[in-house]
Amino acid sequence: METGAEGSIDETATDRSTGIVAYAARTWRAAWGRTQSGMALAGAALARRLDAGYAPNFAVAGRGPPNIALSDVTISYRSTVAVEGVTGSFPPRSMTAIVGPNGAGKSTLLKAIANILRPQSGTLSWGGAGLGDIAYLPQSDHIDRDFAISVIEFVSLGGWRGFGAFRPAQTILSEAAGMLVQVGLSNASLRPIANLSEGQFRRALFARMTLQRAQVLLLDEPFAAIDQPTTADLVRLVERWHHDGRTVIAVLHDLTLVRDHFPLTLLLARRVIAWGETVQILTTENLARAGLGASNYSRVPSA
Amino acid sequence: MTTVSALLFSPFEAYGFMRTALVAVLALALANGPSGVLLLMRRMSLVGDVFSHAVMPGAALGFVIAGYSALALSAGGMLTGIAVAAFSEVTGRDRSIRDDVALAAFYLLSLSIGILLVSGQGSNADLMHVLFGTVLAVDIPTLVLISLLATISTLVLAALYRPLALESFDPEFLQAVGGGPRLYRMIFLAIIVLDLVAGFQAFGTLLAVGPMLLPAAAARHWARRVGPSMTLAVVLGIVAGYLGLLMSFFASLPSGPAIVLAAGALYLASALAARYRSRGRPEAGVIRRS
Repeated sequence: METGAEGSIDETATDRSTGIVAYAARTWRAAWGRTQSGMALAGAALARRLDAGYAPNFAVAGRGPPNIALSDVTISYRSTVAVEGVTGSFPPRSMTAIVGPNGAGKSTLLKAIANILRPQSGTLSWGGAGLGDIAYLPQSDHIDRDFAISVIEFVSLGGWRGFGAFRPAQTILSEAAGMLVQVGLSNASLRPIANLSEGQFRRALFARMTLQRAQVLLLDEPFAAIDQPTTADLVRLVERWHHDGRTVIAVLHDLTLVRDHFPLTLLLARRVIAWGETVQILTTENLARAGLGASNYSRVPSA
Repeated sequence: MTTVSALLFSPFEAYGFMRTALVAVLALALANGPSGVLLLMRRMSLVGDVFSHAVMPGAALGFVIAGYSALALSAGGMLTGIAVAAFSEVTGRDRSIRDDVALAAFYLLSLSIGILLVSGQGSNADLMHVLFGTVLAVDIPTLVLISLLATISTLVLAALYRPLALESFDPEFLQAVGGGPRLYRMIFLAIIVLDLVAGFQAFGTLLAVGPMLLPAAAARHWARRVGPSMTLAVVLGIVAGYLGLLMSFFASLPSGPAIVLAAGALYLASALAARYRSRGRPEAGVIRRS
């Protein structure tokens, strides 16, 4: 009996001590496991953040360009109302020119469509389009052209979605070379971008934009201060985008160019003056209402 | 032949501290070359200078708490460096030249705080160590620390080179296709801080930015493309470190300033040579480039 009691006491003692050890071990294992999984999660999240642009299957999803719909959109820029009460939509695969006098809010509207500016009121919907669906070419970029990068490398960056921040980008190079042929820059492909003229750089920007494979292409005065041959080449490229079934929206000044190449026109002077088929929109009467004296405006040269 | 080898190699054969210093300088040149070139291409050399001073108060604090210990100094310097990087990123002013007054004010402020902290607690020799570094006093643990920091910064820069490069010349495009230019800017500043903390052990707060900027600036005169510039910056950094150590050994000069002086001489020589080469070719843009 006694020995048994002693034995049982001993047992409880050992039980307790092994209990504590086991408890500590369990706690440690759980904590370590949690730390590990936490670190793995944090690592994965960081990798996702760092490589947010990698989405190779995006374009093959099979859906066409989204419908861009605006409903009573008002946008303020630097505390003045730039665009007021715009309602309408840019249908999929459409090609629209935005025309209007200086300060009419054309660029502001385009920036809102590009999701760079937020409308103050009203709603703007992109029909489920995401990052990479919309490509935007600003009127003046802040690209540091002294950066030592060759033209072909620069153009290849358009394919970022296909390689992201980390993966090899060799396959895009042949595609980029093809793009350079299309925009007439093939013999400049190895030159640094610093050596390009204004027109050539524009061509490179268009090539890069094409490689982005965006469904919606937004252009803010893409042909301002660009020579005539370059403009002609790039307009052909824009028409090819349209032909391929992408949505094109461009802010333009040259009404002749709009009449010749853009089926739809939005005439804007802070508010929508007229929006529809170019032939019906660009009437002398509408232009006068927008504050564009047709007499002095249609003669503005494109270069 | 023997005299040449006596001149070039014997100091390193004879003295362990010279060998350690040489390895430290090598490690630093490997890390400083690439990040220095990227820093120059982003026109952020002044920012690099400011960050080398941002390291100072933290390092001084580390000194006050733990004495002259490489780990404490590095940890403290890292802390304030990263804090300042985060602050400048939040206020979004790291690149603007118009803010040079704020930068200069900050630079003076952190320098004086650092000096006050160190001189309140230590001797003049300590102060000299913190300001100008002690490349010849680098021991093995410090060497391991320097190499570790240099390795981390080089690996991170290599892994993230593509977005870092894109962010430095077209952040708007990176925002459009890849997102997160601010994240990359933070990472880049962290890399710079890491390099400066590593270099701080050898060159002190006042000179740490020298071995980063000068070889890179010299390399930019010879190479146009980024890859060759980085390689050349590493090579020139190594050459400057080696020549500087020899100079300090034979002429009994302080080693840190001697190395920076050698790097500066390489820079001047490169600038002059490039100017001579580009005579009659104004588009080569020697001055504009640097």
